[in-house]
Amino acid sequence: MKILIRNGRVIDPANNIDETLDILVENSKISKVSKDIKNSADKTIDAADKIVLPGLVDMHVHLREPGREDKETICSGTKAGLKGGVTTLLAMPNTSPSIDSVKTLELVKKIIQKTAEANVFITAAITKARQGKELTDIARLKKEGIVAITDDGASVDNEELLLKALKIAKKEKILVLCHCEDKSLSKNGVVNLGFTSTRMGLRGISKESEYKRVERDIKLAEKADSPIHIAHVSCKESVEIIALAKGKGIKVTSDTCPHYFALSDAAVLGYDTNMKMNPPLRSKDDVGAIKKGLKNGIIDAIASDHAPHTENEKDIEFERAEFGVIGLETELAVAITELVHTGLLTWLDLARKMSLEPAKILRIKKGTLSVGTDADLIVLSPDKEWIVEKQNLISKSKNSCFLGRKLKGSVEYTICNGKIAYRWNS
Amino acid sequence: MRAAPKRNYMVWIKKDLLGLEELTKEEIEFILTTAESFKEVTTREIKKVPALRGKTVVNLFYEPSTRTRVSFEVAAKRLSADVINIAPETSSVRKGETLIDTGRNIEALKADIIVVRHNASGAASMLARHLSISVVNAGDGWHEHPTQALLDIFTLKEKLGKIEGLNVVIVGDISHSRVARSNIRGLTKLGAKVIVCAPEILIPPAIEEMGVEVTDDIDEALKDADAVNVLRMQFERDEEAAFPEKLEYFRNFGITPERLKKAKKNIIVMHPGPINRGIEMSSEVADGINSVILEQVTNGIAVRMAVLFLVAQAQDKLAVRG
Repeated sequence: MKILIRNGRVIDPANNIDETLDILVENSKISKVSKDIKNSADKTIDAADKIVLPGLVDMHVHLREPGREDKETICSGTKAGLKGGVTTLLAMPNTSPSIDSVKTLELVKKIIQKTAEANVFITAAITKARQGKELTDIARLKKEGIVAITDDGASVDNEELLLKALKIAKKEKILVLCHCEDKSLSKNGVVNLGFTSTRMGLRGISKESEYKRVERDIKLAEKADSPIHIAHVSCKESVEIIALAKGKGIKVTSDTCPHYFALSDAAVLGYDTNMKMNPPLRSKDDVGAIKKGLKNGIIDAIASDHAPHTENEKDIEFERAEFGVIGLETELAVAITELVHTGLLTWLDLARKMSLEPAKILRIKKGTLSVGTDADLIVLSPDKEWIVEKQNLISKSKNSCFLGRKLKGSVEYTICNGKIAYRWNS
Repeated sequence: MRAAPKRNYMVWIKKDLLGLEELTKEEIEFILTTAESFKEVTTREIKKVPALRGKTVVNLFYEPSTRTRVSFEVAAKRLSADVINIAPETSSVRKGETLIDTGRNIEALKADIIVVRHNASGAASMLARHLSISVVNAGDGWHEHPTQALLDIFTLKEKLGKIEGLNVVIVGDISHSRVARSNIRGLTKLGAKVIVCAPEILIPPAIEEMGVEVTDDIDEALKDADAVNVLRMQFERDEEAAFPEKLEYFRNFGITPERLKKAKKNIIVMHPGPINRGIEMSSEVADGINSVILEQVTNGIAVRMAVLFLVAQAQDKLAVRG
């Protein structure tokens, strides 16, 4: 199948391209990128006034399968991703059972092969059952295809163990992705510690619980001389610590999520459990620092931390509700609305944060529109407005923190591995 | 046609009372004025009016409470409502029914008002979001206890004639106190100056942003105080390890005759009850001339009658409007 995308404004940071071009997709690869491609195609997409981006690489997604298929499956999650422009995603290992053995990994690979609608890369746990006690067989798991290790949802408390994991990861050329939270400090908190927790009468999660762990993990990475990635950065101090480390030449990368730059803890005051996630929404000051970090490159990537939960687990007392929000279907539009339309980032910056950089961090061949690479790309209307509505979400779970929000920028086509995998219908 | 009452007339349209945060100064004053007329009712020989005849009030109490529940029950009965009490021990909530499901079942019984006490902050507002019948918050976690604050303010106003310009000290475990939070909201809206006083570990972060002053020196705090509201110390809340020792607390924060001697002569001493004598205050103070603790209990009935009456009225208005 040949697809010709005509006259789109092509954004490709890998090749520093931002101009109106045609793209020809052939045999699941990008075969030509130039002006006025004269070629017959099975399908021609008129992309005049549209933006063409490399498909998003979302490096933080909870697909819940195996174990919690009522929340999401590999099939439903990848479909939701395609709707949001995500053609490649990184599945977190906190499934049930955790992805901590070759056996579970094989099972997940099999499900992906059978049911995934987009490209799925897999992480394994750092420690068995994510208990922080005993390392998984990282070398073996790497051989079987994982691209990163993480105990996401938890931090590895034991320093020696994490140091050992970092050393192995370095040798195996695999990424260590850290959820930074010192639970002895965050305790049973549920919202940002400060005026918000005081007003709401809820236990607070201090910023220290995050940034102290960011600081520690970076130190360990420095000691092991291994790359490290800090996931879902939410506060100013974390950004500052990462900036310092980068300045010193430590191999640290980081990501944040749309909710940390689009919402502050003021959003949680109505006890809406769709505003409850971990780390929590922080102060306006922190939101500003996150934006600045994105602008100046301290924060390399934007990921969704897509965390589906059923209504039964969300529509209950605030302190008892699960942490987490979905994000695959909204992350691109939120980023366009909050970062590009506001002039903070250029389209090239955006494609870097959401596609090229995460691919580089994970050392996978994605995130570009170079000739000969996999044809993963998005055609989007930059100014089209739409409202996030529950009934239009295709994820199995509906716990979005952007429900009711008007966003500007919508995906018209998602092409994944050379096929039109999603098309806006209205 | 009847003429509209002249003073402080307002059409009450809020079907729920969830906290003092969402009320305006005028709304708080309107509840207090309404409570004044109900207080008159409680002085009559026959203390009952037919205002809520045919209405059903359900007291849904997930936390043990005698005082507040009985106060609501008496208030509802004096308004001629039917009252049903549900407590965790005697219902299916122990079997894992969710709060919302319980609420929906109560609604299906065609009850008109749910009075809810729950240990989760935000529980009352969550219930209100899911139900069309009225929800009155009788205390949610550490968040709000609006009727307690209203009766405290009512009592203060009755004693001192006004709220604006008063110096009010709230002493005790501010961190874990819904009574403190509701009082702070109500008092500051009505123009009082509020000082919260406690050991540092019992002061929640950024509380100053609620418009209060903070101190850990009770003698200093009492100096210019017109009233002191003494919170119950819940030492059973052991999970927060760093709790002060009882006697030490009494020594540093307990309200004693010696401390009151250095304060204004007519300082009002309040307590939401139940009192830990010898911990938050000495018996001499609890039973002394400055104490209005039992008057608070009496006034609680009038305030709760007002609240039940107003939310029921709002329901009727909503029903007429469709």
